[in-house]
Amino acid sequence: MLSFHSITDSIDSWLNHTFSPTVALLLECTIVAIAAIALFATLGLVLVLMERKVAAFMQIRMGPNRVGPKGMFQSLADTIKLVMKEGLTPDGADKFLFNLAPFIVMIVAMLLLAPIGFASGFQIWDINIGVLYISAISSISVIGILMAGWASNNKYSLLGAMRSGAQIVSYELSAGLSILSIVVLSGSLQLSDIVGAQSNGWWIFKGHIPVIISFVIFIIAVTAETNRAPFDLAEAESELTAGFHTEYSGMKFALIFLAEYINIFIVCAIGATLFFGGWMPLHIGNWQSFNHIMDYIPSSLWFFGKTFFLIFVIMWFRWTFPRLRIDQLLQLEWKYLLPISMVNLLLVTVMAIMGWYF
Amino acid sequence: MTNEELKIIISGIETTATFEEGGEWINVIIGADQWKDFAQKLRNTQGLDLDYLFCVTCVDWKTHLTMVYHFTSTIHRHTIVVKIKLDRSEPAIETVSDIWRTAELHEREAYDLFGVSFINHPDLRRLFLTDDWVGWPLRKDYEDPINMIKL
Amino acid sequence: MIEEIGTTAEGDLVINIGPQHPATHGVLHLVVTLNGETIKKIEPHLGYIHRSIEKMCESLSYRQFIYVTSRMDYLSSHINNHACAMCVEKGLQIEVPPRAQVIRVLMDELTRIASHELWWGAMAMDLGAFTPFFHAFRERETINDIMEETCGARLTMNYMVPGGVMADLHPNFQKRVKDFIALYKSKISEYDELVTGNIIFQGRMKDVGFLSKEDAISYGCTGPIARGSGVSCDIRKLYPYEVYGQVEFDEVLETRCDSFGRYLIRLREMQQSIRIIEQLIDNIPGGDFQAKTKAVLKLPKGEFYARAETARGELGVYIISEGGTTPYRIKFRSPGFSNLSALDHMARGGKIGDLVATMGTLDLVIPDIDR
Repeated sequence: MLSFHSITDSIDSWLNHTFSPTVALLLECTIVAIAAIALFATLGLVLVLMERKVAAFMQIRMGPNRVGPKGMFQSLADTIKLVMKEGLTPDGADKFLFNLAPFIVMIVAMLLLAPIGFASGFQIWDINIGVLYISAISSISVIGILMAGWASNNKYSLLGAMRSGAQIVSYELSAGLSILSIVVLSGSLQLSDIVGAQSNGWWIFKGHIPVIISFVIFIIAVTAETNRAPFDLAEAESELTAGFHTEYSGMKFALIFLAEYINIFIVCAIGATLFFGGWMPLHIGNWQSFNHIMDYIPSSLWFFGKTFFLIFVIMWFRWTFPRLRIDQLLQLEWKYLLPISMVNLLLVTVMAIMGWYF
Repeated sequence: MTNEELKIIISGIETTATFEEGGEWINVIIGADQWKDFAQKLRNTQGLDLDYLFCVTCVDWKTHLTMVYHFTSTIHRHTIVVKIKLDRSEPAIETVSDIWRTAELHEREAYDLFGVSFINHPDLRRLFLTDDWVGWPLRKDYEDPINMIKL
Repeated sequence: MIEEIGTTAEGDLVINIGPQHPATHGVLHLVVTLNGETIKKIEPHLGYIHRSIEKMCESLSYRQFIYVTSRMDYLSSHINNHACAMCVEKGLQIEVPPRAQVIRVLMDELTRIASHELWWGAMAMDLGAFTPFFHAFRERETINDIMEETCGARLTMNYMVPGGVMADLHPNFQKRVKDFIALYKSKISEYDELVTGNIIFQGRMKDVGFLSKEDAISYGCTGPIARGSGVSCDIRKLYPYEVYGQVEFDEVLETRCDSFGRYLIRLREMQQSIRIIEQLIDNIPGGDFQAKTKAVLKLPKGEFYARAETARGELGVYIISEGGTTPYRIKFRSPGFSNLSALDHMARGGKIGDLVATMGTLDLVIPDIDR
């Protein structure tokens, strides 16, 4: 069966066969980089279109339907428009930081792609501290946002950046704790091990209520971390016009915009990997025949199916919930989510030690 | 309360007040000097309790300006109108924004469009027009060759 | 502008909200002094859309000036026209035919619903929920279609004239209004499901923008803002005009005094409007839709004051006539102007998010404030 695994293997063996190992590694790196950028571009286009279609569905209207069949090329046309626009830099801005910030936001999003397993055996970097790597790198994105807000020399941007700083730093705690509960159950920080541990059922089913609680906390925390509504205080259209990216235009704006969508994809991919078994098909204990049937569905389809389901959930939040106020936002984290996730982690640990899961 | 009863109460608190007939409400005419004192009494006198100032405006009669205040009591539901004649060259009157808070913006409007200066107003500036505007647009002799179109 | 504010202390942030800002719904300019996120002072700067309608009206005849007033509070333009027409009728002592009276009330109430629908959507949008806006417009479009059929316009209708209404109702009117009522009743539960019951929404609205009863009276607030603080101020009940004295409806009052109270008031007011329409739609009397009036109207010398309840509060029209064909002086007591003056008092000490929520419940229409 043609799978990603066999494709990568054959490319790898052909390269090693034709060139020396060093050149082969360099070529592989180049291929990976090109593939990652291509994935980025496609994801950006697809997710923007998906957002608009989901929004239209929620808002009883059609959504984009003019460019291409059913408006499929709308986001492509928008990209061309954004590329051709002038990238303004305000007069009083710190020019270096102002221009650097979108790239930092973007690079962080790109780095996060590395440890994610897209399909069986299709993973850029199966690092043994994958979960730690993700938590560590994702915290850097706040620097990009703070930089953008500070360098714009705009009061709205500054307020937005400060809100964003407080928000991301707070919500990282409960996101980290809810990820830890899966680490405790799997006994590994390596993402491929975590996926492998779910070969007889996904953690969301195996782990009873504690895992469901940590999943709910995870989804809330990552929505906040990606600055999505109802936690989009950093942008807060009706309060701060556009928050930290008020002054950005043209391609620099497009990069920030793209990074937001890539971040959504990545957090949803992580959520799918940790709680829904990543590329692992739906397996139920030892129902051998059922599991075999499920195996016929390609693993990449499983992965993207789960990820896009979670993305849809996050979009659903955005188009139905009003925004929180900044003090309510911090109250939710520090007074509710953090204590709950701490107690929950304790429960999961007890559960893992006693073996009270399937 | 009927207009006659109101007249008796008002005459009781301010002897210089005169009344003008016509219109559905009673019109009280009073001098600018007595205004502040009278306003306090209108607000606080038992039986009057005119707590709701719903319309403040000014009228340019070419020879003089008239400030017109419309009051209603939300308790007794009676309405009175107070009119105060002002000198046209240097119109000045005590503010009532400390008695009825709504007067603050309404008085700024009257200042902006008629040039009535309100003594002790907390923040008397142009409201609609720019700070460097010359003239008082709602006065009858105001001319603006650019912005005004004669019909 | 920054230097003008006396209370600015070291470390305070002065931001300009507006004149172009998504939350002000128009060209309102607020100079907000912030300490961190907390609001210390709000100063409105008006006049970006000031057209001096009062001056304009001094040179327009009594038939013409009514059309200008549609452009004041454009969301309740029917009611603006209505108040002006009533003031002229008061001066000329014209008896409006019963058919015209009922038509006027029907149109007023439809306008009120349309205005509140728009407010509901915009209010939710201010709080960051985009979807309700489209749901609100679904119903509002139906009303606009009804208006278009009968009045020929969708926003500035200019349908009320001294002595009655400009034209008779469209034959489809009754049927389409009934269809609208059925549609509205089937959708009303969505409003509560989508917005009112939402815990985030309630958290944003409750105990925000507090305005006590005494302050509401002192600031001259009217309409849903005053009624949200428990002040009975509905002109339709207190000084009934047209057929409001004969129909059954309740004046909606809330004693919460906060943004949530004002929100509930408007939602329930829409239902009262539906109630009024239901009573009248099958009982439109026959006869003339307009009283016979002279071609050139001349008001007798004197002063005339008429008031009507718009979607935002009490609109007063004060005409001083010298006996000519044009008013000597005309004053519009607009509800938004007085309501705005309470904003500083209500939003002080809150967060920026509270300011947006409070401003949303004030339902400001900027041309109404600037005139």
